[in-house]
Amino acid sequence: MLFSKVASRRWDKGVEWAMVWILRFGGWISVLVTFGIVITLVTESGPFFAKVPFQRLVSDRMWTPLFADPQYGISALLAGTLVTTGVALLVAVPLGTILAIFLSEFASVRLREVVKPMLELLSAVPTVVYGYFALLTLTPLLQIVLPDLPQFSMLSAGLIMGIMIIPYVTSLGEDSMRSVPMLLREGAYALGDGKLGVALRVVFPGAFSGLAAAYVLAISRAVGETMIVAIAAGLQPKLTMNPLDSAATVTAFIVQVSLGDLPHGSIGYQSIFAAGAVLFLMTLGFNLAGHALRRRFHHAV
Amino acid sequence: MRSEHFLENQKQTASRRKAIDLWFGRLGFVLMLGTLGVLAVLLLNLAVNGLSRIDWHFLTSFPSRKAAEAGVLSAWVGTTLLMLVTASLAIPLGVAAGVYLEEYAPKNRWTDFIEINIANLAGVPSILYGLMALGLFVYKFKFGQSILAGGMALGCLVLPIVIVATRESLRTIPSSIREAAFALGATRWQAVWHHLLRYSTGGIATGVILAMSRAIGESSPLITIGALTFIAFLPPAPLIAQPPFVSFEWLFSPFTALPIQMFNWVSRPGEEFQANAAAAGLILMVITLGMNGVAILLRRHVQRNIKW
Repeated sequence: MLFSKVASRRWDKGVEWAMVWILRFGGWISVLVTFGIVITLVTESGPFFAKVPFQRLVSDRMWTPLFADPQYGISALLAGTLVTTGVALLVAVPLGTILAIFLSEFASVRLREVVKPMLELLSAVPTVVYGYFALLTLTPLLQIVLPDLPQFSMLSAGLIMGIMIIPYVTSLGEDSMRSVPMLLREGAYALGDGKLGVALRVVFPGAFSGLAAAYVLAISRAVGETMIVAIAAGLQPKLTMNPLDSAATVTAFIVQVSLGDLPHGSIGYQSIFAAGAVLFLMTLGFNLAGHALRRRFHHAV
Repeated sequence: MRSEHFLENQKQTASRRKAIDLWFGRLGFVLMLGTLGVLAVLLLNLAVNGLSRIDWHFLTSFPSRKAAEAGVLSAWVGTTLLMLVTASLAIPLGVAAGVYLEEYAPKNRWTDFIEINIANLAGVPSILYGLMALGLFVYKFKFGQSILAGGMALGCLVLPIVIVATRESLRTIPSSIREAAFALGATRWQAVWHHLLRYSTGGIATGVILAMSRAIGESSPLITIGALTFIAFLPPAPLIAQPPFVSFEWLFSPFTALPIQMFNWVSRPGEEFQANAAAAGLILMVITLGMNGVAILLRRHVQRNIKW
């Protein structure tokens, strides 16, 4: 009797020891994935950056690494990313913020409970479907107003991308606004302010770092978005700041090259990893900033 | 006299504020309807353009150069097999990582690093997972442009979603449950296995469903590993007639998937192919939105039924 208890205790300890290591390995996998991404980007784009002088990355005005007379102006790709992201933010930041204020301060609990998950569906739509919608529905509609709009335009892609990232702003923004203590609101009401006044002068500043985190994460998402821009904004890199024009983003370039035949180690192969490395650095900056802002907000409340 | 004037002034301000509030409330409501309207228009648009294409023939035919004969057979089979790989990678590893971080990990710098790392990983653009899969799985591990490489890329992509969902649902369990288990002599793993995981199954399932719905709709990582090719055959069957009755040859087969097939059709000229794209899009939307709907209901059910 006693002996079997000791044995089973020993067995439990063995299981415990094994499980700790299995679970710990699970925790490390996420780090391994990050290392996998970083190491792949560094090693596969290394030959590209070794071959192309930094000077040409900055000073060239076209991005044609696959041509016989290659040009390496990365600004042509960055311009596309900048413009589409800018258009998306012009949609998502005002609309998302107003919706966050509305849901947090104006809507009834029941309405909020129903609407919030429905809004979140907007970011669950497969991006290839959004691309289809931008190219075949929104662009023809925009062409009624802007007859000169080409078939592929950064405006159309950016607008749809803005719709896609609204939930990022609204959901996170609303969460942080609702965690502003009721006492602060009541104080402002007692001084005679209205609902909107309280929302703008008390809740908004109180939740600002949470909202800022939401904006930053939305930017990161827009910069990395691929299918919408690849389908609707065009695949030709072009140094232009005109949203009515078509141009490729960093992500669209990767798709465009991937669509062709891509032998391992070719210049095309190296160039998409170079574009990927640039993309990784940009989004890493936004993600870390967003994480820090969110943490700060949680500490403050 | 002056106080009367002051009161009058105050009344005016108050009624002006009320009017502003009323108008802002209306504005918010209209914008909310408009935003949700986009979703409705999107679904309606796909249904109008694509519903007539969806029939038995569409589901049981391979892609074809002739739009009217083309179907999504290889695409949905590919998506299903991809999800098998993705799920068997992301679910065990994600849950293990979540349990480790929430129940075992000491509070130190290394744990902080893992947490920041997961937060960043959740925001890494999906196409970069494709690049990693291309460099690492396709060429270094020599998996080729296969279901295994694609499924692993998607598995890594949704891993953070499963981890975060596991952690959040473990966090809602009060520590008294753990203490009660320890008091009866349970080891930490026994407390996790017999109690904590049982209570958090609903929350974890919600996260898993959301993760899978995200993976089903992803196309850019698969395009990056070179999956956009003309696939008019099915991968080898996982079940075979001879012993040992299961075969893993399909893991190394080339593939296509629903979102990729849709992308292929969108980028072709001609209205007939666009109707095919709409049909594939409609199928995708029904699957992903349906899964999200189930997740929302499940979450609500869990929140309502467990009262500590």
